[in-house]
Amino acid sequence: MHKLHLGKLMALILLLPIFLVGCSKDRNKITIVGSSALQPLVEQAGNDYHLTNPDSNIIVQGGGSGTGLSQVQAGAVQIGTSDVFADTQKGIKAAKLHDFQVAVVGIVPIVNKGIGIDNLSSKQLMEIFTGKITNWRQVGGKNLQIIVINRSRGSGTRTTFEDLILKGKDAVNSQEQDSNGTVKKIVSSTPGTISYISFPYANDPNIQKISIDHTRPTNQNIPTNKWRLWSYEHLYTKGKPDKETAAFIDYILSKKVQCDLVPKIGYLSINEMKVTRDSHNRITKIGSAHE
Amino acid sequence: MNKHEQDLQEVVDQAIAEQKVPHVKFKKIDPESVDIARLTSPSKETRQEHWGKGLTSLAIAVIGILIVAIIGFVGVRGLATFVDDKVNIFHFLLTSNWNPSAGKDHVGAAAMIVTSFAVTLLAALVATPFAIAIALFMTEYKSGKQAQFLQSVMELLVGIPSVVYGFLGLTVIVTVIRTIFGGTGFGILAATLILFVMVLPTITSLTVDAFKAVPQDLRKSSAALGATRWQTIYHVVLRAARPRILTAIIFGMARAFGEALAVQMVIGNAVLMPYNLVSPSATLTSQLTSQMGNTVMGTLPNNALWSLALLLLIMSLAFNFLVRLIGKRGS
Repeated sequence: MHKLHLGKLMALILLLPIFLVGCSKDRNKITIVGSSALQPLVEQAGNDYHLTNPDSNIIVQGGGSGTGLSQVQAGAVQIGTSDVFADTQKGIKAAKLHDFQVAVVGIVPIVNKGIGIDNLSSKQLMEIFTGKITNWRQVGGKNLQIIVINRSRGSGTRTTFEDLILKGKDAVNSQEQDSNGTVKKIVSSTPGTISYISFPYANDPNIQKISIDHTRPTNQNIPTNKWRLWSYEHLYTKGKPDKETAAFIDYILSKKVQCDLVPKIGYLSINEMKVTRDSHNRITKIGSAHE
Repeated sequence: MNKHEQDLQEVVDQAIAEQKVPHVKFKKIDPESVDIARLTSPSKETRQEHWGKGLTSLAIAVIGILIVAIIGFVGVRGLATFVDDKVNIFHFLLTSNWNPSAGKDHVGAAAMIVTSFAVTLLAALVATPFAIAIALFMTEYKSGKQAQFLQSVMELLVGIPSVVYGFLGLTVIVTVIRTIFGGTGFGILAATLILFVMVLPTITSLTVDAFKAVPQDLRKSSAALGATRWQTIYHVVLRAARPRILTAIIFGMARAFGEALAVQMVIGNAVLMPYNLVSPSATLTSQLTSQMGNTVMGTLPNNALWSLALLLLIMSLAFNFLVRLIGKRGS
C-alpha cells in the first residue's frame, strides 16, 4: 500500500505544473514587462489601481526595455514599457505598436567629488565619452586620468545619452554597469570617474552633478528643453489596447497619478512638458502649429 | 473462459484426478476452488510493478525531453549568429571587437573567452592548495569534532548566495584593490578572489572524499615501513588520490566558469582584452547577464548573446568530458 501511495504522489507532482499553469489563466490580468526605470512607478500605480478596482490583476516585471518591446510585439504581454522609442530598435515593428508616453525623466552626468569641476560644455562631454579627452586637466580640473563608466549597451539611459550627446559617434570602450545604484556607488568612491544616471538617483551628497553649458540639471529646466538630456517613459501596447488595459493606461495618465505619484518617484509629469520630441530628436513646441 | 484458460483448467482437473495422496483440506482452499481466471490475471503486485516502472520511465522521459529541448534551443539560437547573420565563426572566436549592434564585423568574443578562462584558472590555482590543506587536516590529522566543525563551515560557504559574495566583493575587495593598485579596482583580480571563496568548498569536499577513498592498508603499510605521517601523506595518500583530486579541481573550475552574478558585479564589464589583473574586463557570463534585457529577440545583438550561451554550454560539456576521462584513467 505504501508503495502505491508513493506512486500516486509522484504522478501528482508530475502533473502539478499543468494544473498550476491552468489555474493562472485570468481574464482581467494585465502583465507589464520592460524598463526597470519605469518599474517602480507602474508597480505603485498598479497597487493603487487595485484598491479602487479589486477585480484587476496587474503584474509588473522588469527585464529591460528590449525585453519589454519584444514581449509586447510577440503578444506575450499586454503592455511593454520602454525608455526609448520603439522605432529606434531594430527588429521591432513600431507601426504595429501603440505608444503612450506617461512620464519624462532627466539624465545627469555625474563625476567623483575630487575632480574640482561642476560644469562641462556638451562638446567636452562628447569628447570625454568618445575618448578624445583623457585627463581632467584638459577641461580645467585636477591632473587626474578620466575613468569613464558607461551604462550597459542598448539600455534606455545609454541610448538617450548617446543620441543626444555623442550624436552618432561611437563611445570609447570602457567599463559598463547596468544599474543606477551601482554606478553611483562606483563614481562616489573612485577618483577620476564620470558617468550618468537618471534624476531620481542623483540627489546624493557623495557625487558631483555636472551642469552642461552652464545649465543646471533640475526638473524645472526640462519642460522647456533647456536641459536637453531627458527621455520619455513609454507604455507600448500591440495594436489598440483592450478594455482593461486601456482603463489602466487612462489611470496612469490621470491627474491623480501624474500630479501625485509621478513627482514623488522623481519623474516629471508628461502634462508639464512644453515641447515634444520625436524619435529623431526633433523638438516641437507644444501649442505652435506643428502638424 | 478462453481456450488457454480451458486448457489450464483441464490440466488442473487431471492433476487432481490423478492425485494418490488424500488431500489435506484447509478451510477454504482445496483443489476444487482453484480459480484459473484469478491466477492468470495480473496480481496486485504486478500492477504495482507496472506503476512503478511506468512512473520512473515517465519522469525520465520528461527530463530527457527537457534536456534535449534546452540544448536544441540554445544550439539553434546560438548558431543563428553564424547561419542567419553570416558571422564568421573564427572571427567570433579570435577577435575582440564586441559591438553586435554595429553589424556582423563587430562580433568578436575573444576578450570574454580569455577573461573567462583567466578567472577560472586563477581561481582554481589559488583555491586548490587551500582545499588540499583543509582536506588533509580533516582526514589525516584531525577527525571527529574539529573535522565536523570545518565541514559545517564549508557547507556554510556553499549556502551563501552568489549575490552576497558579489556585494561583499564590490564593497570590500574592489575598494582594497583600488587602494593598493590604483585604477578602479574592478578586474580579473577581484573576480579571482571572489571565485576562490566560491569554489573552495566544492574542491575541498570532493578532495576530502578523494582522501577517504584511499585504502587504510596503504597508510598502515607506509607506517609499518617507518614513514612519518607527513611522508605517508606526501608519498602515498596524495599520489593515490591524484585522479580524484584532479576531478575535484575540474568540478570547481566548472563552477567558476559558470558563475555570473558575483563576477559581473566586480569584473567591470568592459569588453576589453585584459592587459593586467586589475584592468576592467568582461566574462562570457557577465556579458550575458548585463546585456540580455537590452536586446530584442531575433536581432543580431540577441543572437550573439545566444552564441555566448552556446559557448558556455559546450564548455560545461567539455568539463564533464574531462572529468570522465580522468575518472577512467584513474581506475
